[in-house]
Amino acid sequence: MNLVIPEINWSAIGPELTLSITAMVLLLLSVVASPTARRAIPYLSLLGIAFALLLCISLWGKSAYAFNRMVVLDNYALFFKIIFLITTALTVLMSIRYLKEQGYEHGEYYVLILFAAVGMMFMASAADLIIVFLGLETFSLAIYVLAGFFRAQPKSIESSLKYFLLGAFSTGFLLYGIALIYGATGTTNLKGIYEFVSKAPALTDPLLLIGMGLLIVGFGFKVASVPFHMWTPDVYEGAPTSITAFMSVGPKAAGFAAFLRVFLYALSPLQTDWIWILWVLAVLTMTLGNVVAIAQKNIKRMLAYSSIAHAGYILVAMVAADELGTASVLYYMLAYAFMNLGAFGVIILFGRKGEENVNISDYSGMAAKYPLLAAVMAIFMFSLAGIPPTAGFVGKFYIFSAAVKAGYIGLAIIGVLNSALSVYFYLRITVMMYMRSPEKEFAKLEPSPAMVIALIIAVFGTLQIGITPSHYLNLAKQSILALM
Amino acid sequence: MMITDYLPIFIFLVVAVGFALVTIFLSSIIGKRKITPQKMIPYECGMDPIGQARKPFSVKFYIIAMLFIIFDIEAVFLYPWAVIFKELKIFGLVEMAIFIAILLVGFVYVWKKGALEWE
Amino acid sequence: MFETFLFVLLAVVTTIAAILVIVQRNPVASAIYLIITLFCLAGIYLLLSAPFIAVIQVLVYAGAIMVLFLFVIMLLNLEKEKKLIYRNRLQKVLGVFLGGVLLAQIGMIFSSVLLEGSKGKFPAEKVAALGNTEVVARLLFTDFLLPFEIVSVLLLVAIVGAIVLAKKQI
Repeated sequence: MNLVIPEINWSAIGPELTLSITAMVLLLLSVVASPTARRAIPYLSLLGIAFALLLCISLWGKSAYAFNRMVVLDNYALFFKIIFLITTALTVLMSIRYLKEQGYEHGEYYVLILFAAVGMMFMASAADLIIVFLGLETFSLAIYVLAGFFRAQPKSIESSLKYFLLGAFSTGFLLYGIALIYGATGTTNLKGIYEFVSKAPALTDPLLLIGMGLLIVGFGFKVASVPFHMWTPDVYEGAPTSITAFMSVGPKAAGFAAFLRVFLYALSPLQTDWIWILWVLAVLTMTLGNVVAIAQKNIKRMLAYSSIAHAGYILVAMVAADELGTASVLYYMLAYAFMNLGAFGVIILFGRKGEENVNISDYSGMAAKYPLLAAVMAIFMFSLAGIPPTAGFVGKFYIFSAAVKAGYIGLAIIGVLNSALSVYFYLRITVMMYMRSPEKEFAKLEPSPAMVIALIIAVFGTLQIGITPSHYLNLAKQSILALM
Repeated sequence: MMITDYLPIFIFLVVAVGFALVTIFLSSIIGKRKITPQKMIPYECGMDPIGQARKPFSVKFYIIAMLFIIFDIEAVFLYPWAVIFKELKIFGLVEMAIFIAILLVGFVYVWKKGALEWE
Repeated sequence: MFETFLFVLLAVVTTIAAILVIVQRNPVASAIYLIITLFCLAGIYLLLSAPFIAVIQVLVYAGAIMVLFLFVIMLLNLEKEKKLIYRNRLQKVLGVFLGGVLLAQIGMIFSSVLLEGSKGKFPAEKVAALGNTEVVARLLFTDFLLPFEIVSVLLLVAIVGAIVLAKKQI
């Protein structure tokens, strides 16, 4: 047995490498630099993110395996990496003032966010189930800690603990699934699994099927699909709002990135076995998310259920599983990143220490006092509800037309009905803001420049992707060639 | 290695456990039993015990134990590395150096943060 | 033959100790039974000709992680909570019923098909011939180089997390 040293291809993990190094430098800075110099940490992390983003763009179109087929460099991974980087950048921008107000201005916060982004990026570029698992653990661990970052608030600690206990449990399922698939196929490599499964004469090996089921549980938890969604409302409500924003987009996108690559590529010969499971999951997820969201009084909880519902829409696209379906997952994830982060940005801006303003009734009459902020919030709500000309509308349009094209007409009808249902609770906020009189005095808002930039980017993204959708859909279609 | 190679360890375990069980068993049937309150306190002579032995531990122990586990896991990776270090040559040295360097960042952080001090 | 006997012995002890872990009232006693479970698992790893994993199991799990468990138990000092054991008849009945159903399902699968995976590159005989630690090392430091380095990042996140959540002042 000879030692074969694997080929080292740094460029394939360039963005991950950039962010890891940035995070480590910032970690050291947070303990050795003077207190004034520490204020630069969020801006330096933005610098790292910008550099990684440039790297992603310059790598676009290249495709390669690296490190003995552990990771893959392709447009699919890069598309998701760009989503993660945008998410991370917007979260950092929205956090700077928020942390200061709450009295938790610690450099570790940004370091953990960057490490979480590294984990997510590894998940998107994973070509081996081991990397999927390690990426998932890395970002989960960072987010467990971030959810409990407001250590003096019992709700924050509760959120962290709940997420950790359930998350660790679900990772166990995922790992067991990986182990069984390894047992059945003799490899953890996605390409190897694909080759094995497509050659296997009879696809009824219980080991493989149980393993596949356990993988669905593991990924289903991370993307918050019913029935693995129980943690979502409590965790979203208790965590610092900026982290809620981050984890409503990042882990969901990362979960779907790996979910798609494993199921649409490696396990695609088993499609007839898993497609009906996902069909049921999609229906349950959409319906439960939207129905329960109607009853919510807390806006963070409402957005938690709304994020469950959005996972359901994406599952619909996964069931369609053809070119348009897969591409619309990517398109929808990009649109969702902008609109959801934007909505949470408004929530952060509207609250302050001691008066969080997270009840939906707190928003009544807001438009009279802050017309611009209300207009911004209305745009995000319209987009989440799927009203033209926003990104959310086009995303849903692509998803449902993909479902119809693939022959899942029933599923598309359920999806459209759900979407109609969701208009009620998204528009309720808009109605509150514009048509009700204020219930109390509004404190003076002092938007920080960083927050203003973040909101401008989010609004611009939501509208731009919605108005010129074909450009972005084409990018998404280029990206999924690797899976087809 | 065959499983029978571990037979001495197995025998040793059986003897160790057996010795402990036999001693407890024998002393419970041979020994005289006369329980007095004096006999039941932790120290028959000297200090009178105050309160309970079960006191809540300080969270400080927890941090130290946590850090210990993390660096313990780091050390575990050194065993297989040592086995094939000679064959890996310079490549092995570099990859382990990167691994340790990343954890060293964590160590410097912990140190400078003062987490190792008994605050 | 001898190996089968050892396996049955270890499996029975592991299972009994695992059950004792969850039925104990005293958390310290639970922790001690957990140590027995972990030790027996190490024995099972040995039977699977994986001595490296067996030693790690004893060093890390039965050693370091159990120490942390005991620290946490003592940190919390659950004297009062011990008496507040949550009792719900319906939950118990339902739990036993569903557990039984699951057991029956697993039993049916095992009795109807022979679960046989496909052999990877390193079947047990080959590993036994080459030496387990060496096989692990060869794979870990060449093919699995990247996962190995990601582990260090993961551990770094864990270090930062431990300090952020548990240190008195950050």
